[in-house]
Amino acid sequence: MSKKKGDREAVMYAILAIASFFVFWWFITTFTAAKQTTPGPIEVIQLLIKSLFEPIGNYTIFGHLMVSLRRVAVGFSVATILGIIFGIAMGTSDWARAIIKPIFELLRPIPPIAWIPIVILFFGIGELPKYVITGIGAFTNVTLNAYTAAENVDPELIGAAKMLGTDEKGIFFRVILPSCTPQIFAGMQVALSTSWMAVLAAEMVGAQEGCGWLILRGNDTLNIALVMVGMIVVGVVGFLLATIMRMAERRFCLWNRMGD
Amino acid sequence: MEQNGRLKPIISLRDVGKIFYSEHKTNEVVKGMNLDVSENEFVVLFGPGQCGKTTMINLIAGLELPTSGEVDVDGKKVTGPGPDRGVVYQRTSLFPFCTVMGNVEFGPKSRGIDKKTRRETAQYFIDLVGLQGFENTYPNRLSGGMRQRVGIARAYANNPKVMLMDEPFGHLDAQTRYMMEAELEKIWQKEKRTVVFVTNNSEEAVYLADRIIILTNTPTHIKEEVKVDLPRPRKYSDQAFLKIRRQIEDICESTR
Repeated sequence: MSKKKGDREAVMYAILAIASFFVFWWFITTFTAAKQTTPGPIEVIQLLIKSLFEPIGNYTIFGHLMVSLRRVAVGFSVATILGIIFGIAMGTSDWARAIIKPIFELLRPIPPIAWIPIVILFFGIGELPKYVITGIGAFTNVTLNAYTAAENVDPELIGAAKMLGTDEKGIFFRVILPSCTPQIFAGMQVALSTSWMAVLAAEMVGAQEGCGWLILRGNDTLNIALVMVGMIVVGVVGFLLATIMRMAERRFCLWNRMGD
Repeated sequence: MEQNGRLKPIISLRDVGKIFYSEHKTNEVVKGMNLDVSENEFVVLFGPGQCGKTTMINLIAGLELPTSGEVDVDGKKVTGPGPDRGVVYQRTSLFPFCTVMGNVEFGPKSRGIDKKTRRETAQYFIDLVGLQGFENTYPNRLSGGMRQRVGIARAYANNPKVMLMDEPFGHLDAQTRYMMEAELEKIWQKEKRTVVFVTNNSEEAVYLADRIIILTNTPTHIKEEVKVDLPRPRKYSDQAFLKIRRQIEDICESTR
């Protein structure tokens, strides 16, 4: 009962906070010197609605969003699968760790953005380099989480499974993998946000479409309202992606939730 | 099956020794252990803390291999873990990502038993340990006693020759412990198996055992054996019960 009331209060505060932000934005772009350079919220929202129907460059804003989302979907999915494989390999096999870990530890601190020139050099300016750059961001996070999770699987659980007659394959798929899922999901949540950031950077170099291109286009044409439209879309979609991941985590890791 | 007038043992330890080697020291945990356990016998290994009781269980389970001597179960040398031996752990070690049903049917599923048969088997043992209605519950929603019931059902579901129980009630509060001891006694009466049960609680030992093996400190060997011939179910406050309890405690004191 009180929890429901708390939820309602939280939503109320959220709406209030966002509304105050828009009022503040409107205020400084109407009554201060900022109005010389910065479009106000009404102008930006008008442009947002307009760009839903009128294309900017090759697509409407929805089209640009879909392009960006597709790039993230491909890069993130491939990177997640590879990350789980590499991570669990490092966590469960001494020689895999000995081979992969040193390289991984050296490449891990390099952010996806720093890869852009090399990736373009290798893969040109088509779709593939965008997949690679979005993938790099996701890969490190998923790998690291899968690795620590696999390394910390309770050995008594593996022993118990062996005593119950489980073979190596069964131990992998029915003990190690499910033991790692909560932490892999935690990694995937961060990974998805990183991918979403990386795709924008990738689209600012050698792209003709996407949310990143949209922001860059606004900058190049001194259309600050367009920059802000891009930012709003990126923010809202990023928030939705994080929410979807949280829901997926809740669905797949039901057993790991204490209380409530 | 008769051998020198005795039943052929199901579990047989011959001169078993176990030494753990680490970088700085060697640690001899079990030394010259000889033990026979016959079919459907309930044997309790009783000894002080840290005395290598868990190592004994692991040696019979095949989770550890002896550095000398041989462990045989049902006439075959133990060379690794296997489903002919069921283990019940102190920490329960249930699969947290499986429901009660998932845990209990884990063994039969691993051995490739078809779904219908393994569900029936699992359901039978879930009912036997009194957990009907909790089939779809995850372990983190169960109390300590209930989790240990799942552990017992999971071990039984593979229909093992031998049950190995490593201080299964060690983490439970006193009241739950009494209840679980009575429950285990009932389950065992209904589904007789050869049991090796580890405890450092003399009351639990006398309540459950056909035979109590009193162990020394490490390197562990057998100090003495005490047969318990009291009728079941036993009463903790009976004179005869208390007498045996005092007897094993005296023997144990003298080892320290």
